[in-house]
Parts: sequence; structure tokens; C-alpha cells
Amino acid sequence: MKDTIRFELNNKPQEVTIDKERTLLWVLRNDLDLTGTKYGCGMGLCGACSVLVDNKPVRSCQVTADFVDGKKVVTVEGLGTKDKLHPVQQAFVDHDALQCGYCTPGMIITATGLLYKNPSPTREEIIDAMDENFCRCGAYTRIIDAIQAASKKMKGGI
Amino acid sequence: MKKNNNNFIDLLDSTIPKGMGRRAFLKRFSGGVVIAVSLMDFQALEAAVLQEYPADLNAYLSIDKDGRVTSYTGKIEMGQGVITSLAQMIAEELDVKFSDVEMIMGDTDLCPYDRGTWGSLTTRMFGPALRSAGAEARAILLEMASEKMNVPVSELSVNEGIVFEVKNKQNKLSYAELAQGARIVKSLKNKPVLKDPKDFKIIGKSHLKVDSPDKVTGGAKYAGDIRVPGMVFAKILRPPSHAAKRIKVDVSAVQGVKEIDLIQDGDLIAVLHEDPEVAEKYLNNIKAEYDVPTSGLNENTIFDHLMNVAPEGTLISEGGNLTEGKKGAEEYLEAKFLDGYVAHSPMEPHTAMAMMENGKMKVWASTQNPFGLKSIIANELKLQEENVQVLQVFVGGGFGGKSSNGQAVEAAKLAKISGKPVMVAWTRREEFFYDTFRPAAVIKINSGCKKDGKLTLWDYGVYFAGQRGAQHFYDIPNHKTVAYNSGWTAEAGAHPFATGAWRAPSNNTNSFARESQINIMAAKIGMDPVEFRFKNLKDERMIRTLKAAVDKFGWTSIKSPSGKGWGIACGVDAGAYVALMAKINVDKSNGKVVVERVVVAQDMGLVINPQGATIQAEGCVTMGLGYALSEDIQFAGGEIHNRNFDSYEIPRFSWTPKIEVELLDLPYEPAQGGGEPAIIVMGALIANAIYDAIGVRLYQMPMTPDRILKGLKNKN
Ligand code: FES
Ligand code: FES
Repeated sequence: MKDTIRFELNNKPQEVTIDKERTLLWVLRNDLDLTGTKYGCGMGLCGACSVLVDNKPVRSCQVTADFVDGKKVVTVEGLGTKDKLHPVQQAFVDHDALQCGYCTPGMIITATGLLYKNPSPTREEIIDAMDENFCRCGAYTRIIDAIQAASKKMKGGI
Repeated sequence: MKKNNNNFIDLLDSTIPKGMGRRAFLKRFSGGVVIAVSLMDFQALEAAVLQEYPADLNAYLSIDKDGRVTSYTGKIEMGQGVITSLAQMIAEELDVKFSDVEMIMGDTDLCPYDRGTWGSLTTRMFGPALRSAGAEARAILLEMASEKMNVPVSELSVNEGIVFEVKNKQNKLSYAELAQGARIVKSLKNKPVLKDPKDFKIIGKSHLKVDSPDKVTGGAKYAGDIRVPGMVFAKILRPPSHAAKRIKVDVSAVQGVKEIDLIQDGDLIAVLHEDPEVAEKYLNNIKAEYDVPTSGLNENTIFDHLMNVAPEGTLISEGGNLTEGKKGAEEYLEAKFLDGYVAHSPMEPHTAMAMMENGKMKVWASTQNPFGLKSIIANELKLQEENVQVLQVFVGGGFGGKSSNGQAVEAAKLAKISGKPVMVAWTRREEFFYDTFRPAAVIKINSGCKKDGKLTLWDYGVYFAGQRGAQHFYDIPNHKTVAYNSGWTAEAGAHPFATGAWRAPSNNTNSFARESQINIMAAKIGMDPVEFRFKNLKDERMIRTLKAAVDKFGWTSIKSPSGKGWGIACGVDAGAYVALMAKINVDKSNGKVVVERVVVAQDMGLVINPQGATIQAEGCVTMGLGYALSEDIQFAGGEIHNRNFDSYEIPRFSWTPKIEVELLDLPYEPAQGGGEPAIIVMGALIANAIYDAIGVRLYQMPMTPDRILKGLKNKN
């Protein structure tokens, strides 16, 4: 059964006609070619698949497509471009806050969601908000530094 | 040595090894200067490593008519940062801007053969070779400039790709202008003169990762991100256990379903569909029955089993006389150390996309060895090697686990059978099942020392961990080191599932045992564990590394257990020396360890990208916390119980200590490996710190809260 789902995707209106029970992660990656959002565990455990839905980080492997109907979705591709990086993206580059980069989109999205909610988080608040995002390469300390730097640069506003 | 040759095509043709897509290669070189490098003359390499390489050439460097510098190597980038550090080396020797160098890596048609990206060999092997290629290219371009400008080479200099006359800087020519119309291909045999480290402008300076902008915007392509029209996802029928035999399968529920392709090829049963969830849904309708033999093997019984099936030992080293050593000992200790199975768990599971195009199999795979994969696929699918191409993608972490490429063989098979482009992306559940785990292992050590701290005896036997790192580096008059089963894989019947190389293979387990034993001996005679080490060290490199750690950490003499929670451990891996120190806290009520601070002192010779090397060491410390504290595969025979991160806990933000890395400044010494050394001693570091904190000695990894609580109970 197909349904039409309308939402805002990376600042543009988007319409898809699909089985609304499908997992958002695969709709983004396979139907909309937004492959920046990654699969890591499929069980909501690792955070690699995080996207912003109405500015809140959501694990796209854990929700169906109809969850975003009428909402605003931002994936890592919608934050900034290589020529015009979003401050969080820029901070990750400046702090070398990645190695293989596979966890990076999920980290950046979750961090951006945190900064929407709490523009000036303490180190502890960052660790708390990010703790369910895994990085096997072990870039954690640099990611914390990057988020703090981004927070300062954005001076509380996104 | 081959002379400069204007017959571009002929020379290239004769220097490109068989199996390389010559046409694809030549298409990229419409002109310019090409230097082909052979590794054979770089003596720093172990003969055994060199043997596996073709003798003629192993890397290319080209300066094309637009002045673009491109380097081709068969290595891959999986987070270790070589895409940045290799480019730094070339830019340095060639005197071009770092941003003008592009790396083409791991494409089996475009790049010369490489046996695989592992063993911390990239910088050690390709470093000297690529630097030489850069130096040679620079020399050739200078000669050309000299001719064109009518100025002797000795009066010319280069800055950022512009050759100029030292006395008259306005008289200049760019590399682009020089390469225009040139068709020079040179095969480098003799080592040209490399820059003196004091003249370095790019090597030894920290450089941000070049691949970050692509990775932070989601543009970087990993194998799973390849999109091809008409592609489908495969879901494959999996057994419940490695020992399972399929006795019955009933595909009737999905047979004839129009929207899917059902593939049955021997043992391989797969459902293909453009939506992985639909493929999965139909796969679940296939009914299979298995015969699963019962097995008493699990994470507790495995160690006795391994001792029972251990093969004859291989002598690694010996000296003096063990009986004398025991007689001379005033303190004597026999200990046994255990290490369970550990998963690689890169965040990107094994993934591959394969398609047949005009008789050629093209494969994008998360692999550490594209060339090995190419041969396997050619073999399995009965294709000519030149009809298989593995293409360049970023790899989302490897750690040794992606030298095994089952998913890519599956994708290629299914692509060939179905005639469609097929993606095989293992789920996390599959990843935990088909991983080649770090082997469970046992180490037995008998050691003795005098009351003044001098070691007299070291009798060391390692079972199933492998040889790397088994050899101690202390000055002990009577010693013997034997490996029972010398690698990380073993004869059938030893392990209930596949095992393989895991970041610094063998060395994590060996260093856990050795460095724990050293601290136990020191505690026995009431000596500070650092002082004890100095007493037994003659190796100058280790002495200076340990001193650097002492200074950075601020170590002062302790009598362990001091209650401070201080740990110390040293090791040697991939030519590099490390000494790590830590400060931890143990909560006696629940057995939880919190690591507050870790100091790494590392002698890795010449450091190409200090920040890159620091990041690798930080990653080693962080990843190492996992095998030290929590990671342990639970199983019953061939059935794996931890199949996702809920039951297999990897390090996370809240575990991460403050990490301080000190890289010894040794620009005149050969570059050594940096991606593995600091991880090897994480087990011993934590074990020694736990003992110092609460007086409990743990002989088994991981050091879980349960084991710590049990240790506390036994102690009281
Ligand atoms: S893939 Fe969604 S949380 Fe891991
Ligand atoms: S950078 Fe590799 S998993 Fe985080």
C-alpha cells in the first residue's frame, strides 16, 4: 500500500509516495539518495543514522517514514556544503574530530540537535547528550572539543 | 636504471605489471612526468614483506600537463590518515603545495599491486619510496627547467611548484609549464637524495585531514553509498551457528514472487530486491532446518580446550639456562593469563556493491586489501583477473577485520548470477557472526628475580595469540619464549569460528601478560614498578621512551598497591616503542573502573603528521579500553550470543579519559608505524592500575565489574 508523505527535507519541500511503514533510514538512503546518513546497528544503539526532525535528533533506523509527515527533516547533507560548512561541520574539520568518518554524520547531527536545545552545553552535558553515539575509531575527545568550539562560535544561536 | 624516455606509451607498457588495466592507466596520462617506484631498494623493509611484491614497481607519481600531482598506491584510507600523510611526503620532496597533491588509492586498475593495508606498514614502506619518487620528479623537472631557462641546475630553486633562478626570481617556470608537452616516464631504481629533516616545510608539521570536508558533509563515498541504476539489495539465508549444517530448506513461500529475484546457488540462498527491507521480509519466509551439533565450548571452557589442542611449540628466542635462572631467583612466580575473543566492530559493517559491465566485474568494497579481493573474486567466479576491478571507496574502519572480504565475494557472485548490480551490506548481526575475531589465548609465564629487582628468569609460553609482541625486551640472563600456534588463525578444531588479525595482532594479548607479570614481580619485592623496569632495561630506545612517560605523567615512586590507581606498561610494535601511564578510579561497591588520565610516550622515529599520529594514539587508547574492560564474545560452540552493541559493549564518550600524547622528536630516525603501537599495552595498563588502586590482580581480560568484585571478595 502506497501513501504520499509530504515533509520538508533539507529546506526544500519533499513528497514521496511509498509504503509508509518503511524505515526512514532506507527511504532517505535509497529513494532520496541521501547516503550521508549511515547504517551502523539498525537497533537504535549507535547513532550513525541520526537525522534532525524538527530540530531534534532522531534515529532514522527506528522510525517509519510517516513519522516525518508534515515535519522538517535535516540530514547531514542539508546542514552545509563543502564551500559553506555549517559551524558544527567546520569545527569537526578544524579539530580533526574524525578518523574513518563513518560515525561523523550521526555525530554532527546529534551535536547540532544538542546545540538547538542547549546552545552552551558544559562538557558533561555534551558527554551526556552524545553518549549513545559510538565511534569505534575513538575520536571522542576531539568531538567534544569540536562541539564546544562550535557552541562558542555560534554564540548561542544556530 | 631506465633512462628518461620520450616514448611514453612503450615504457609505461613495459613497466606496468601484468593485470593492471593499461588502457585505463594511460587514459589518465595524456602527458607529463611519471615516476614509477619499486620498493625493492628500500632496505628498511623486512625481506618477507618484500617477497610478496612484484619486483618492478609499486607506486606511481605523476605531474601532468596542468601541473597536477597525482600519486597512485594500492593502499586504502580507513581512518588512519595516510591519504593525508602520504601526500605530505610527496609535497615535501617535490616542493609543491600540499593541496596540489591528489592521492588515488586502492583502485586495482589504476594503482600498482599492494598486498593490503595492515601491519602499520604504509608509512614505513611507502614513506621512503614515495619521498624518493618526489625527489626524483623534482630533479627531472629542474633539469628540464635548466635547459629551457638556460640556467645551471645549481642556480635554480623551487617553491610551491615554481622553479626560479635564485639570483633573479623573476626568471621562473612552473611545473605545469614544464610538464606540458613532456612525455617522460621514469622507473626509479636508485635512491635519490632526500631532503635533510632540518629543511622540512611540510613533513613533521601537523596537517588537518584532507578528507574531512567530504566526510562532514556526507559526500564521502563508502561502499554502501554507491548508487547504480537498477541496483538491488541482497539478503542472504544465514545459519544459526558456525557448526550448523542445513538439512532442509523450503523456498516455496517465495518462489514465483514477481517482485523479487530468488537466487539458489549451492549453499547460497538469497533474495534480491531494490528495497532491503522487502528482501528481508521475503527471506524470512524461507524455512530452513539445521542440524546443530551440541558443543561444550563457551567463553569459560575455551581456555582448557585450547591448552588441550595446542600444537608443538615454536621457539622464538632463548638464552642462558632456565634451571640456573630459577636457582638464582629469590622471588619466583608462575602465572597464567587469559584473553577472550574480541570483535573488530568497525562502525561500517562489511559492505560491497558489485556489477557486471561489458564482461567486467566491478566491485566497490569495504576492504583492506583490494588486490587480494580481486584475485579471490576472479578465482571464485572463474573470471580472468583483468576482468575484475576493485574500485576506490572510503573504508569505515577496518582494524584488521576488513582483510577478510566474504561480503564482496557474495555480492560478486549474486551480481554474476542475477545480471543485476547487487549490494551486499551486512547487518550488525551478520557482522558479529562473520567477523574474524581476535583469538582467545592463554599465556603462561614463570619468572624469577633477585630481591634487588634484577630479573633472573623468564620462561614464556604463548598459546594461540600469535608471535607478534611475544618477545620481551628486558635484559634477562636466562630466558625462553615459545609460541604454541604461531599466528592468529589456527588449525581446524581449535576455535569454533573464524579468527583473524585484530589491530596489532598478538601483541595486545602478549603485552597484557608480560607487563602484568613485570608489575607482579615488582610488587613481590616491594619495588616501584617503573624503577623495576629501569633496573631490567638495557634497550636505549625503551629507556628514553619510559623516561618521557615518567616526565609527562609526573610519576613518583610508589609501592603498589598505593591506592592511587596508577598504572604503567611498555611495549614494542611495528618498529615503534611505547610507554603508557594511567590514573584510574575503581568503585569498590560495583566494580566499575573509571579511567581518568592516560599518558602515551611514543618513539615512532620521524613523524610525518604529528597531529595525525597523536590522533592515532588517542584512538588506540580509546579502542583499547574496550578489550581491557568489556569486550568479550559470548558463545556456545559456533553460536555467537552477542550480535549487537547492546550485548557487546564498546567504548563510549563517558569512558574516555584525558589522553596526553608525547611523540619523541626523532626526525633523523626512520619513520615507524603509528596506527597500532599505543593499543598493545592497554590491557596491562588497566590491570596494573586496578591492582594499584585496590590490590586486586586480574589475570583475565576483559576486566569486567564482575571479575573485579569477585577479586575483591577473594581478597577479603
Ligand atoms: S543505525 Fe540507527 S542507531 Fe545505529
Ligand atoms: S571516525 Fe571512525 S567510527 Fe568514528
